[in-house]
Amino acid sequence: MYVAVKGGERAIDNAHKLLADKRRGDREVPELSTAQIREQLTLAVDRVMTEGSLYDRDLAALAVKQARGDMIEAIFLLRAYRTTLPRFGVSEPLETAQMLVRRRISATYKDLPGGQVLGPTFDYTHRLLDFGLESGSEPAAVATAPADPDATMPRVTDIIAGEDLIERNPPADPAAPVGDLTRDPLNFPAGRDLRLQNLARGDEGFLLALAYSTQRGYGRTHPFVGEIRLGEVEVEMFVEDLGFAVPLGDITVTECQMVNQFKGSATEPPRFTRGYGLGFGHCERKAMSMALVDRALRADEFDEERKAPAQDEEFVLSHSDNVQATGFVEHLKLPHYVDFQAELAFIRQMRREQTAAKEAAE
Amino acid sequence: MSAEPNITPLLVATGLSKSYGRRMACEDVSLSIREGEVLAIVGESGSGKSTLLNLLAGRLDADSGQVHYRMRDGVTRDMGTLTEAERRVLMRTDWGFVHQDAAQGLRMNVSAGGNIGERLMAIGNRHYGDIRATAAHWLTRVEINADRIDDKPTAYSGGMRQRLQIARNLVTAPRLVFMDEPTGGLDVSVQARLLDLIRGLAADLGLAVILVTHDLAVARLLSHRIMVMKGGHVIETGLTDRVLDDPQAAYTQLLVSSVLAA
Amino acid sequence: MNASPYNFAYLDEQTKRMIRRAILKAIAIPGYQVPFASREMPMPYGWGTGGVQVTAAILGPEDVLKVIDQGADDTTNAVSIRAFFAKTANVRVTTSTAEATVIQTRHRIPEMALTSRQVLVYQVPIPEPLRFLEPRETETRTMHALAEYGLMHVKLYEDIARYGHIATSYDYPVEVAGRYVMDPSPIPKFDNPKMDNCDALQLFGAGREKRIYAIPPHTRVVSLDFDDHPFERNKFDHPCALCGASESYLDEVVTDDKGGRMFVCSDTDFCEGRRAEGHRGHLLGDEPAAREAAE
Repeated sequence: MYVAVKGGERAIDNAHKLLADKRRGDREVPELSTAQIREQLTLAVDRVMTEGSLYDRDLAALAVKQARGDMIEAIFLLRAYRTTLPRFGVSEPLETAQMLVRRRISATYKDLPGGQVLGPTFDYTHRLLDFGLESGSEPAAVATAPADPDATMPRVTDIIAGEDLIERNPPADPAAPVGDLTRDPLNFPAGRDLRLQNLARGDEGFLLALAYSTQRGYGRTHPFVGEIRLGEVEVEMFVEDLGFAVPLGDITVTECQMVNQFKGSATEPPRFTRGYGLGFGHCERKAMSMALVDRALRADEFDEERKAPAQDEEFVLSHSDNVQATGFVEHLKLPHYVDFQAELAFIRQMRREQTAAKEAAE
Repeated sequence: MSAEPNITPLLVATGLSKSYGRRMACEDVSLSIREGEVLAIVGESGSGKSTLLNLLAGRLDADSGQVHYRMRDGVTRDMGTLTEAERRVLMRTDWGFVHQDAAQGLRMNVSAGGNIGERLMAIGNRHYGDIRATAAHWLTRVEINADRIDDKPTAYSGGMRQRLQIARNLVTAPRLVFMDEPTGGLDVSVQARLLDLIRGLAADLGLAVILVTHDLAVARLLSHRIMVMKGGHVIETGLTDRVLDDPQAAYTQLLVSSVLAA
Repeated sequence: MNASPYNFAYLDEQTKRMIRRAILKAIAIPGYQVPFASREMPMPYGWGTGGVQVTAAILGPEDVLKVIDQGADDTTNAVSIRAFFAKTANVRVTTSTAEATVIQTRHRIPEMALTSRQVLVYQVPIPEPLRFLEPRETETRTMHALAEYGLMHVKLYEDIARYGHIATSYDYPVEVAGRYVMDPSPIPKFDNPKMDNCDALQLFGAGREKRIYAIPPHTRVVSLDFDDHPFERNKFDHPCALCGASESYLDEVVTDDKGGRMFVCSDTDFCEGRRAEGHRGHLLGDEPAAREAAE
C-alpha cells in the first residue's frame, strides 16, 4: 500500500505503452501517414513550424502525429528537437518584396500595382459543414492565369514610404549582432528584434486575445492592414570564405504589415507608424495578431500612455510562450506532498492553538 | 526641540527647469527651506506646482538646475550626484512624501501596522514586538485607535487613510516632508481635522514641509511662507500673511480676491 | 543505448560551457541569480529543466547520479530524469545518498549530511524570492542590487499579525552569505538548516525562468525571521511507521477513508538504510533498539 502511492518505473512504462495504443486508435481504421498530415493538415503543420521555430514540414508533421493532434505538444516536440541542432550562423534579412506571391491583399488601397490576389483563403466561405468531404470527393480543378513575367508587386508600406508618410525603418546595421532569445536570456527592456522573435514563437491564441483587446480599447493603435502577403522567399546566407551570400532554398512565409496611428511633433511631420508580423507557412491570424501586439508594445517609443496588458512588454513577453506556460501549469500534476505536508502540519498547529486559547478563555 | 536651530538651509534649489515637449512646466525656479519651516506652493492646475514638487523630491529629473540637501551627517550634497541606493535610503528615512491619493502612498493590501512598520524593517529593524509597538504609537499619534492596527487601509475612511499615510512617513523621523494636496478630495470637516493634525505634528516635530495646494485657505492655515506659481514661473513669494493680506503681483491679487469672493 | 544521436548528457558542449560559466559566476556571488540562456529540453518546463541542465553541464562519465523528487527515488519524475541521464550520459545511477556524487532534487534535501565530494542540484520553479511581493523583474533586480529587502519582512510581519506565526512552511526565504535574499526552492522549511554551512556545493537551476544560483560549501545561510519570532523548524508528533526515525521529515499516508493515516520517512533511501540497520517502526513491529532510537 505504501508503494502504491509512488509511481514505479513499470507504471510509467505501461502508461507510455497505453499512450501509443491510444494514439493508433481503432486498428480497423487505416493509420495516418506523416505525408498525409504534411499535405492535408497543412495549417497545423505551419503553426507547429512557426511556434516550434523550425522550418521542416516533415518533422512538424511527425510531431503532429506523435502528439495525437495536440498542437502545443507538437510544438514542444519540435522545439526539443531544435534545441539540439547546431547553429551555423544567421541568414541575410528576407527580402519579402521579392516574394513569389500566392496571396496578397491590402485593406488600405482598392487597387494597387500587382493587384489584390486572394489566393487560398477561408475568407468569404460560408462556414457550412461540407459533407462532401466525408466521402472524399475530388475538388474541382483550380483556375489559372498565364504568368506575367513583368508583373511587380511592391510592398504597400514601401508605396506609402515613397511619400514619406510612414515612419522610416531604422537603417540596417549589417555588423550588429542578431539577437536570439534561444541563445541568450531575455532581459527587459528587450529590443524590438528580440520582441519580434518572442512574438513569432508566441502562442497564437494568446497573441490573438491580446491583439483583440487592443481593438476593444485596451491599448488602441488604429490599425489598417497595409498588406498581408503569402508566398515563397529565398533564404540566403553570407559565407565568409566565399565573400558573398549563397541561396539556401525557399521557404513559405506569411507577412503582415500594419499601418497604424500617425505620430508627429513640432519638428517632425506626422507619419503613420508600423506593426510587423511574420510566420512560417500560411498563418494569417498569427501574423496579424503579432503585428497588432508589436505595435501596442511600442507605446513608449511614441509617448503613448501605457496601461493596457498588450502594451506591457514584461507581461506579454513573459507569458507568450506556450511551451513554458503549459509546462508550468501542468507541473502542478507532479507530486507536491512534501510541501502539502508542511502546510498540513502548520494548519493543524494553528487550529490546536486556537482551540487551546478558546478553552483557556472559557 | 532642544537642539540649536540650524541656520543653514536644509534644502536649496537653484534654477530648476523642466519642459514637456515645447511646454515649459517649470522654468528657472529657485527656493530654499529650513528645518521647522512650512512652505506652501500655490497655483491653479497647470501652474507647474506639482512638477516643481516632483523635481524637488527627486521623483522627476530636471532639464537644468540643482537641488542641494543637507544630509543627516551635516554634509550638503547635490541630489543629482547621489547614487540610486543613496537616493532610496534618503527617501525612506530622512524624507517623506504624502500623496493626494492615499492609495499611491500606502500598500492597500497590507495592514496598517505593516504599512507603518515597512520603513523600520527596511532600515533593519528585526524585532516584531518593537515594530508593532512603534506602529501602535504612531497610529495613536495620528488619532487612529490602536485596535485598528491589523486592518487594511481598504477598511479605512478617506481621512483615516491620509492620516495613516502620514504616520507611515513619519515613523523614521524624517526632517523633510513633501505633501501634494494632502487634503484634496476630502470632506470639509475631515479636511479641517487633518489640517489641525498636520499643523500640530509639523510644529511638535520641527518638520520642514513643502506643501503643494491650490487652496489658499490650506496655505494660510499651515504655511509660514508661500510661493505663488503661474505658467511654470514664480509670480510672488513671501511670508504667508503678507502675501495673502497684501498681494503685490496682479495675478496674486486676482487669486486672493477670487477666493474671498467665493 | 550506445548509438545515441545526442552528445554526452544530451546538451552540446557549447551549451555546457555557457551553463558552466553561469555556474561559476553563481558560485562567485552566493545567492545571486545569474541569468543564463536556458535551452528547450525534452521534458516540460516546470518539471525540472533547470536542474537537468545544471546536472548535464557538471556531469562527468565517472559521476554517480541520484535523482529524488519529494525525497523519494521512485517517484515518477525522479524515475524519468534518472532514466534520461542513464540513457544520454550512460552514467552510473544510484538510490544511495552516500554513494552519489551528484544528487538532483525536487523539494527535499536528503536527511544524511552531505559531504564535500557531493553536489546537490535543486530544481527551481520560481527563483525570485520577491516575485509574489513585486511581479516586475526590472524592479526586483533593482531591489536585489540595493539589498532593499524591507518588503520581505513586511510579508513576515503580516503573517505574524494574522496567524501569530510566520506562515511559510515551505519555500522559506533565506539570506545567503549576509547579502542576497534567496529562494531555496519549495523544500519544506524543515530542510532549511541543512543549507547552512553545508560541506557540499549546492546549485539551483530554474529552466523556464532562466536563472542559476548557488550556495558554495561552508556558506552562512540564514532563514529570515524576527528576533522575537525566530525561525522554527517544523516537528512531527510521530516517528516513522517503518523505521522509527523521529528526526526525519515524514510523508503522511492516508490508509483508509475513516481518517486512518500513518507517517513514513519522505527520504526513502534514509528509511531503507535505517531498516537495514535493524530499526523498526510500529508498523513493522517495534524492536527495543528502534524504540531507543526514536526517543
